[in-house]
Amino acid sequence: MTSADYALHEVCVVACAEAWRGDGEILASPIGVLPSVAARLAKATFAPDLLMTDGVASLVSNGVVEGWMPYRTVFDTVWSGRRHVMMGASQIDRFGNQNISCIGDHARPRAQLVGMRGAPGNTINHPTSYFIPGHSTRVFVAKVDVVCGVGYDRAAALGPGGRFHGLRRVVTNLAVLDFESPDHAMRLVSCHPSVSVADVVTATGFPLVVPEHVETTRTPTAEELRLLREVIDPQGTAARELAR
Amino acid sequence: MADKRTTADAAVAKLADGMTIGIGGWGSRRKPMALVRALLRSPLKDLTVVSFAGPDLGMLCAAGKVRRAVFGFASLDSIPLEPYFRAARQAGAIEASEIDEGMLQWGLYAAALRLPFLPTRAGLGSDALALNPWLRTVRSPYDDSEELVAMRALDLDAALVHVHRADASGNAQLLGPDAYFDDLFCMAAKHRIVSCERVVRTEELLAGGALPTLRIHRGMVDAVVEAPRGAAFTSCEPDYPRDEAAQKAYAASAQEPGGWAAYRERFVAEGGA
Repeated sequence: MTSADYALHEVCVVACAEAWRGDGEILASPIGVLPSVAARLAKATFAPDLLMTDGVASLVSNGVVEGWMPYRTVFDTVWSGRRHVMMGASQIDRFGNQNISCIGDHARPRAQLVGMRGAPGNTINHPTSYFIPGHSTRVFVAKVDVVCGVGYDRAAALGPGGRFHGLRRVVTNLAVLDFESPDHAMRLVSCHPSVSVADVVTATGFPLVVPEHVETTRTPTAEELRLLREVIDPQGTAARELAR
Repeated sequence: MADKRTTADAAVAKLADGMTIGIGGWGSRRKPMALVRALLRSPLKDLTVVSFAGPDLGMLCAAGKVRRAVFGFASLDSIPLEPYFRAARQAGAIEASEIDEGMLQWGLYAAALRLPFLPTRAGLGSDALALNPWLRTVRSPYDDSEELVAMRALDLDAALVHVHRADASGNAQLLGPDAYFDDLFCMAAKHRIVSCERVVRTEELLAGGALPTLRIHRGMVDAVVEAPRGAAFTSCEPDYPRDEAAQKAYAASAQEPGGWAAYRERFVAEGGA
């Protein structure tokens, strides 16, 4: 816990929830526990129109099944563009190229990860954000070993094929980052309470764009804390993901 | 109508070394594990496996059956990483044709429709193209001239899927929340083997579920294998959930020296469930 009446994981949840603000009636696809809690918070507060699945094949709104979303429909939705995914990243670079495939040489990797999954199709078709619970130079690298999620430099090289690409924000245990710089290099937006700009820069393995004024990440409102602790995540599952 | 009922071992005996085999289900969900165990017992080798992969690919890797895997991921769902697949990859034991999971669907669909490819944006800009020199791009012939991935047809020699109910002639019924891509696997393959929880009379099928549950018809099926709990330890909702304890034991075996041999002895060798 910080000295205030909120915990770090609650700051991260709110920062992740903010990714979906203003998205309207699209499919919010959070990958992992903390982003899932965050999407539910967004839906319960400022983004009530979001569509969400139960992780199997049902669309669920306020605990009620409202539709059917098997994998085939998910893929259709991805390619239609009416979705905003928040994925993880084992590696991410300055332009947001992301790796979840493997570490090392692809022919004989040092560490096989889950595989590229839908990351190529997601990033080239609709908005993407990332949540990275352990901000370090092992994850924020100069060059990723396998490009799964497409970054801004590669999307720009595609010409019209890259026109649906867009990386919204990267939330970590230290900070919120985005790509709103002249050449879409990763930019520091805000540091979480009690984290300094130097902490973030040191934990990042490439030059970050650091504006003159870096805000402190928005802290949870009393109502957000009540929803998180009493309704959405009374077991505190989001905290466990951050601790890993 | 032909009676296509057979056993898992007899069905698999029709396959040959070097074949490309598509396996239905998703991750650790409704995988045709009874058929996979028959593959493991067979002398088949040098297989190319196409799968939204889980323990099917993992076990076939552990047994040294796989020359090449076409996949977007390999996962046990509640256990994120497939341990035997991981070991095979890290040993450089298999050729890895890793693509976006939507590209995989598109390749199956192209094969089903006898097209050389289907266009998509999925894969553009990523290493899904750089890592797979067998894939190319295509330019739109219309005014937009957009360059797209020409996802190549994934023609299958055989497909293995597990369903809830089927009749003796291969009319198959999916009662769960998601058909995954099982119908596409059948349509993309020359030889189609369907296992089921229970063989029922044709007139019983509609009593079990609405018309859209009859997603796979007998024209898409060559062999029917009755295999109760034939997806276990993976899930086969609503008939049964994943057997998490059995899956944990499988994953744990990969961490022990000689673990696969011991696992194989207990769960594969005897034809059983």
